[in-house]
Amino acid sequence: MNLETAAHPEGLRRVAIDPISRVEGHGKVTLLLDEEDHIQQARLHIVEFRGFEKFIQGRPYWEVPVMVQRLCGICPVSHHLAASKALDQIVGAHQLTPTAEKLRRLMHYGQILQSHALHFFHLSSPDLLFGFDSEVAKRNIVGVAAAYPEVARQGVLLRKYGQEVIRHTAGKRIHGTGSVPGGVNKNLALAERDALLKDIYQIIGWSLEAVHMARALFEQNLEQYNAFGRFRAHTLSLIRADGAMDLYHGGLRARAAGNNGDGKTIFDHVDYNHYWEHILEEVKPWSYMKFPFLRALGPEAGWYRVGPLTRVTQCDFIPTPLAERERQAFLAFDGGRAAGATLAYHWARMIEMLHAAEAIKELLHDADLQGNELVVKGERQERGIGMIEAPRGTLIHHYRVDENDQVIRANLIVSTTHNNQAMNEAVRQVARQYLDGRKLTEGLLNHIEVAIRAFDPCLSCATHALGKMPLQVALLDAEGREIDRMTREVASCSVGIPPA
Amino acid sequence: MPALHTAGGQSLIPAPILIIGIGNPSRGDDALGPLLIERLEALQLPDVELLTDFQLQVEYALDLRGRREVVFVDASLDAPAPFTFAPVVALEDASYSSHELSPGAVLHVYHKLFGEPPPAFVLALRGERFELGEGLSEAASAHLEAALDFIAQRFSDTCP
Repeated sequence: MNLETAAHPEGLRRVAIDPISRVEGHGKVTLLLDEEDHIQQARLHIVEFRGFEKFIQGRPYWEVPVMVQRLCGICPVSHHLAASKALDQIVGAHQLTPTAEKLRRLMHYGQILQSHALHFFHLSSPDLLFGFDSEVAKRNIVGVAAAYPEVARQGVLLRKYGQEVIRHTAGKRIHGTGSVPGGVNKNLALAERDALLKDIYQIIGWSLEAVHMARALFEQNLEQYNAFGRFRAHTLSLIRADGAMDLYHGGLRARAAGNNGDGKTIFDHVDYNHYWEHILEEVKPWSYMKFPFLRALGPEAGWYRVGPLTRVTQCDFIPTPLAERERQAFLAFDGGRAAGATLAYHWARMIEMLHAAEAIKELLHDADLQGNELVVKGERQERGIGMIEAPRGTLIHHYRVDENDQVIRANLIVSTTHNNQAMNEAVRQVARQYLDGRKLTEGLLNHIEVAIRAFDPCLSCATHALGKMPLQVALLDAEGREIDRMTREVASCSVGIPPA
Repeated sequence: MPALHTAGGQSLIPAPILIIGIGNPSRGDDALGPLLIERLEALQLPDVELLTDFQLQVEYALDLRGRREVVFVDASLDAPAPFTFAPVVALEDASYSSHELSPGAVLHVYHKLFGEPPPAFVLALRGERFELGEGLSEAASAHLEAALDFIAQRFSDTCP
């Protein structure tokens, strides 16, 4: 039984976990249970905001790299760079200057560092350090700060360092304008470089310790971590021409599902400018988010997973020494079994964070960052496609621009959409492993969330006004009919007093 | 580790007053926080540092160090018009576990990492609509002007 759709949903008991905490945006898991508490259906529903394309249409193309940052408060730099890469094609810039490309890479590695640090140290470490069904009051960053103050402190400082890299390269802490169609609008001043160099060796040291911490957590709970939410999936990521991990640019590589991320290659070094020849999206009536799949394999068999675990396992090597050494250790660990484990996402994420820190160090020592050739342009094109490996996985921006320089079509496929089916599979595995036939408790339900959080999903990019969470959550029955609607309040301040 | 900086990027001892505007400029009245910061930048208030972001996260605890007072500015669906201004204390609420922390949760992180946080307030401006691509509503524009007067008066002379 695949648990996607119950054979006879009528009369089953519904359990909803919503909103799912410690993920960006909002998601909901619904379980249908029979009278003996056996799971008959398990689904992760995601409220994906699909107004992005409309928001962008009609705007002049040169505004897009800045405007798209307003789609997401968590990974604005990824949208900034993916849009810039697409618009490079629009302005005919097929080869950026070394200064421009390296500045963008530096910005991107800053984003990877801060995003991965936040996820591991603050969103996931409470589960990993205290246990998935530990006391709920302890299972948060404040609990980590109390029990492991150095871990919490390093997490904050790693995050802050990544933000500083972004600030110096994007020009501002947020809403950066550093990347423009055809290049960048500033180089890295020597004073900025020196400010970043001052701390980078400490950052690399902490990142290496974080890899070892992720490994130690895996080792200490070996059987549980290996089996938890485990499933076989095809994999997809960008890859450099020589097979190296490259989070900024490359061709598409897809591999078939293996036991330990070691499946056969389906396609390799595919030019992403024709991504639709290899990737299609399926709509399912019970989810707002589409389900991408590899065209050659069809919607049933062709779904795949993206993100750190995929990238670390399917690249041929990581082009920085410490991260590559840790990747080799990861692949060799326990006969390679960890490479196929859902919870190994955390370990892989920390290897990538270490790679990002090393890459930042290398770039900071590169004099090209102080160059003055910032922008190139060529023959104007109508269509532009940008692809990047964002912290959560492959991100696609696709634009068409008319003769008046206005965007007339936009298509975005975000990382979390690629992982839609994979996250559902993880939820179903955990439901089978831990929940089936048992009395549900908060701790058991948290196992579901632990599985989802492993993917670090970014579910929506919405309003963040005080007093309300961004979106209402609709409860649907097994046929997709809405049976209830609710919002979740967040206490944010004491009762206000109107000013005199 | 990274020093604190002004909005202009210079590294120095932090200004005594920090005002953080929170919100997305492209989501209707959610822009109230950043718009207030934009208007305050023009006033060049003494001893005041201004920051904006879409949402608060753990690293904002670092920005609070060395401050005499901190003000979080955000749009609110609950605050009476035009705005409320109220003290906020360290608070472990449901936001602790998300990518978006409440002001109280940021203070709570600060408390656990560094000890007693500086006095902090929330300026909550009443907003009405928050859809992507919308502009500021007429009512929110009026609330913005009222809040601007209030903040300008409060911090125009911060000498004790």
